[in-house]
Amino acid sequence: MNSLIAGVILILCLSSYFFGRSEARKLVTQNIKLKALPAYYGYYLSLWCGLPALIIFGCWSLFEPTIIKVLILNNFPQIESKDLFYEQTLSFFNGNFSGEITNEIKAASIKYSSINIIAQNSKVVIIAAALIGSLTFAYRKIQNNNKARDDVEIILKVLLFTSSLVAILTTVGIIVSLLFESLKFFSTINIFEFIFGTSWSPQRAFVRDASAITPEELLELQDAFGSVPLFAGTAFIALIAMCVAVPIGLFSGIYLAEYASTKVRKYSKPIIEILAGIPTVVYGFFAALTVGPFFRTLGESMGLTVSSESALAAGLIMGVMIIPYISSLSDDVINSVPQSLREGSYAIGATKSETIKKVVIPAALPGIIGSILLAVSRAIGETMIVVMAAGLAANLTINPLESTTTITTQIVMILVGDQEFDSPKTQAAFALGLTLFIATLILNYIALRVVKKYREKYD
Amino acid sequence: MTKEQRLKKRYRAEKRFKMYGLISVSLAVIFVLILVQNIFSKGSSAFSRTMIEVAVNYDSSLLELESPINQNSLKDADFYDLAVESLLKIYPAKDSKEERQILRLFSPDYEFEIKDFLIKNPNKIDQIVPVKITASDDIDQLNKGNFPRDLPEDRRRVSNYQLNIYDNLIEKEKIDKKFNNYLFTKGDSRDPELAGIGGSLMGSFFTIIICLILSFPIAIMASIYLEEFAPKNKITDFIEININNLAAVPSIVYGLLGLGILLSVMEFPRSTPLVAGITLSLMTLPRIIIPCRASLKAVPPSIREAALSVGASKFQTVFHHVVPLAMPGTLSGTIIGLAQALGETAPLILIGMVAFVVDIPSSPVDPSASLPVQVYLWSEQAERGFVEKTSATIMMLLGFLIVMNFIAVYLRQKFEKKWN
Repeated sequence: MNSLIAGVILILCLSSYFFGRSEARKLVTQNIKLKALPAYYGYYLSLWCGLPALIIFGCWSLFEPTIIKVLILNNFPQIESKDLFYEQTLSFFNGNFSGEITNEIKAASIKYSSINIIAQNSKVVIIAAALIGSLTFAYRKIQNNNKARDDVEIILKVLLFTSSLVAILTTVGIIVSLLFESLKFFSTINIFEFIFGTSWSPQRAFVRDASAITPEELLELQDAFGSVPLFAGTAFIALIAMCVAVPIGLFSGIYLAEYASTKVRKYSKPIIEILAGIPTVVYGFFAALTVGPFFRTLGESMGLTVSSESALAAGLIMGVMIIPYISSLSDDVINSVPQSLREGSYAIGATKSETIKKVVIPAALPGIIGSILLAVSRAIGETMIVVMAAGLAANLTINPLESTTTITTQIVMILVGDQEFDSPKTQAAFALGLTLFIATLILNYIALRVVKKYREKYD
Repeated sequence: MTKEQRLKKRYRAEKRFKMYGLISVSLAVIFVLILVQNIFSKGSSAFSRTMIEVAVNYDSSLLELESPINQNSLKDADFYDLAVESLLKIYPAKDSKEERQILRLFSPDYEFEIKDFLIKNPNKIDQIVPVKITASDDIDQLNKGNFPRDLPEDRRRVSNYQLNIYDNLIEKEKIDKKFNNYLFTKGDSRDPELAGIGGSLMGSFFTIIICLILSFPIAIMASIYLEEFAPKNKITDFIEININNLAAVPSIVYGLLGLGILLSVMEFPRSTPLVAGITLSLMTLPRIIIPCRASLKAVPPSIREAALSVGASKFQTVFHHVVPLAMPGTLSGTIIGLAQALGETAPLILIGMVAFVVDIPSSPVDPSASLPVQVYLWSEQAERGFVEKTSATIMMLLGFLIVMNFIAVYLRQKFEKKWN
């Protein structure tokens, strides 16, 4: 049904283009001087034909299921688990319901079929009315020889502007979805307990309805959501990653920018950048199945107990993943340091490495710091490597051979599989997501500002 | 310290510094090689499948066929007894325990493989025909040399009795390998020898198509607006800041967005490529807009001025001249953005694509997995057979990414105009 409507709208759009164009040409034969090229009259008619109908069609299809659901459930106020009931009704209506069929389900599905028919019919009628109305409106305009090009350009400009608003909408969507659930979470769990508490065991909160928690349970729950171990674990793994990535990345950047011959540069730069293009799940697989066990056997042979999900393995591989981000950004930054600075340094007898250490790096420092900050934000937001290679248990430790957990790991662990939306456990994932979002936002903002300031300095 | 000594020291420092750089670059390159080598050495064996040849007696009396014998009656028939009868004949068994061990040499689908053979060759009924049947994962891995044989029996997955049968079959040349078409045609399965990436391939395909349909037009329109039409004001600045920040937001946050808005508020179907495509397109949008804007910016102003001076409107200038010239750059930016989206895992896990889906999806609203999620799912499995399957999936995924990146580079190098 829906594809039929969309098809009809599109065909009408296409034919109204040709119709509009030929109408405009007819005007020419009547010796009327056109105010735009004939094609613009076609575009004009076509846009007017398609846009209103498509907008109505889109909105209708988006909101129809929710509205029908509300309408039906209003008739059955006595039902307790409404979502389940509605789903049962739908599957009964579609004929693939297995289970006990109650009278309510039967009644609801009869209701559903009648509402559904009304909805379908009114959808068709409204869209047809919109099509006819806007087409006649646009056709009149064409007959009066309007300034079709100007009008078309205004419509297009509005379209362009709307699509650039999607970026703002996405940000708003992220903030709303995170804040909404987080606020619910913080209404049960004290926000200070969340930020400063030191024990994390969300499984205690599993399958508990947030609206019906007894005071004793609440006390127990308050203890379960202390996220300090997660923050510490995230910072720790990111630190290990940076210990790997910063020296290797920075030295590679320096070498590629200052020392490497064009041939070496031509081949090694893309190879290093491959590291940035490999999906993180591949790194996770490598870390979990090769690096982790390798470290464990290595540790055993030296008499150390190494967890097979050690922070070291996850951090190391994450560091490797981050190398190209640091190396290519610092390569760019170093390249944009003016040559005259280097030549000045050579002229007073400095060697190349002295020039780099004393002149180029200090000049490029803001840019390099910016690239490192961006890399840190990537490290704390990285998910798959830690999910697959780091541990699940939250323990506060600074021993890289033990396992720790991170914010992202816990979000995934909480949300994998079945989840009910009103349990504090699920909401905790959103609160963690909010923390992560804010942390990376601050880091990115500072980093982008620093890099921008630096670029302006030498441009 | 004399002057010469100091100079020598400085030159040594110079050499050391250069060496550090060289070591760093080589470390990075070596790591790429190790990673690729590791994946390939683990994954290449997944492309073959061990088959055991069994003489199957297609005894029609065991099938309880309704006469007349045709395709339909064969399809309805129960082949279990017939299959078990034939399989047990490959080696003498003392008791029912040993019989079970014999059956466990084969993949659980043996019944259907035997049935499919007869449906394809209906004239073989009441004959004894050699049929090749997929071996179980344990035998498959043993045959590929991935299981050490010299362990004590209780630490092996294959018993001594099964090992004897295996050696006996090898001697009779009944075991052989063939190309593993199951890997590409089957959906997910609990049995590694029957698991394939057919379902996740289709899932990834639908996801990327939806992502492309949604993100490409919007990204191009947004970047045209921002680069060519936007007035310099607060709204434009705000949009720009938003885009730059969104490009650096961790992907898992987009998963939370998809879960919180698309799934729970708008009630889109869970675990489907549709939701995955929408979520990923939100994530990819800013990553496409940035290179699109860069390539629009790279078109020199003289082109615009020339068009304007012969009377083109601002729109005609942009759409007839600037956009076509910037097209190679925008396309390659889009392809690279889509390649990133193809490898993205975390947001898909949050919107429920980790469900165990056996059926191959036929539309974007069917539940399905996607390639990177399949990697994650299989890497959690204990069986050795899934390790090689995972590596093979990674090889496919990397293959797609390499192809996409190559196309992007080619487009840019071949068609992009260099302005001086």
